[in-house]
Amino acid sequence: MNKYKKITLDGIIFNNPTFMLVLGTCPTLGLISSALSALEMGLTVIVILTLSNIIISALRNLIPNEVRIPCYIVVIATLVTLIRMILDKFLPSVYEALGNLLALIVVNCIILGRAEAFANKHTVLESAVDGVANGIGFTMALTVMGIVCEFIGKGSLFGQQVMDFSIGLFSSSAGSFIIYGLSICAFTAIIDTFQRSRRVKANKLARENLLGSEATKVEEVNA
Amino acid sequence: MATFIAMVLAAVLTNNFITEQKLGICPFLGVSKKTSSAIGMGVAVTIVMTLAAAVTWPIYEYVMVPLDFAFLEIIVFIFIIASLVQMIEMIIRKLSPSLYNAMGVYLPLITTNCAVLGVCELVIDKSAMAGLLGGAAVNFGWAVLYSFFSGLGFTLIMIIMSGMREKLNNVKTPKYLNGFPISMVTASFICMAFAVFSYIG
Repeated sequence: MNKYKKITLDGIIFNNPTFMLVLGTCPTLGLISSALSALEMGLTVIVILTLSNIIISALRNLIPNEVRIPCYIVVIATLVTLIRMILDKFLPSVYEALGNLLALIVVNCIILGRAEAFANKHTVLESAVDGVANGIGFTMALTVMGIVCEFIGKGSLFGQQVMDFSIGLFSSSAGSFIIYGLSICAFTAIIDTFQRSRRVKANKLARENLLGSEATKVEEVNA
Repeated sequence: MATFIAMVLAAVLTNNFITEQKLGICPFLGVSKKTSSAIGMGVAVTIVMTLAAAVTWPIYEYVMVPLDFAFLEIIVFIFIIASLVQMIEMIIRKLSPSLYNAMGVYLPLITTNCAVLGVCELVIDKSAMAGLLGGAAVNFGWAVLYSFFSGLGFTLIMIIMSGMREKLNNVKTPKYLNGFPISMVTASFICMAFAVFSYIG
């Protein structure tokens, strides 16, 4: 159980694909000017990443090592084509909003990266958990940045106008770059502070334990 | 001639792959630490983009559309790009080992470069091309020229960015801004400068 918890935490926080590894930057920068399309992109990536991780992990003993990258690309491209057709048929608004970037999920480094770094060495269940966790990490990052960007740039939240005042710069590509850069900065600072406080606490605990055991030893000797 | 100038301006300045369409950001951030490597990557991307568009356009137009399997474009295109990159790598290794040493490391990365697949997807889209260049310019020649100049635009931004990052090395930045964050803020200034070109035309 602990193993799955670690995979999940790694995917969402400590190895967050968007903030920590800075992968899949093209869809991130392309879509964060609108929170809704960022969320839609995230959900699409969760589905594709989970399925590709499951399939590649199930086939990991069949795929020869020398041609593994083309095999992964075929799996991913097939999934993307399928998802694209499904969205076109059932959710045309999402298909319109994501547009060109939907086809470019094929070359999203997160998906190929997880296949190469995780799915070809782990069991199907672990890979599925990893896919969902990384997808959630990506979605969370995109949605948070999308909300910030849309709020400042257009004064709206998920398409609902909430503020009269807005700074147009933040709905252009320059604003996306600034928000992304500052978000990475904020995220690493928060994680670092959190880990440092945890380390301090752990050290304190260890020291107390050590003192405690020494105290009991002293007591034993005295007795 | 007027179409040609409009096409060059659109591909290099107003509709630049990095600053306007936000494609190909991975190599833009990953390989722009030194000007020499930025130029190498830019040239490699330009070559692959031009060849990829030159190969995929006729295949899409004369094979996939008549035989009615245009919906498989992603799989076919990514396969063509991957084999093209592999082939270029082998040719360069055979012909010029020194060029291979300088450029070889970037070539495998290009397969997963959004800009290459992006340009192939863009030039087959008739309505998008007509919007950019006018109705007369929707054919094979313009598609290849457009991808070549898009590659040049990509190289231009890579070189500007690498110059700025080399200067950044001499500056003391706050701890958490080091690395990617400060590069992105730098990139946003380039985007702002290039946004001005959208007033052309």
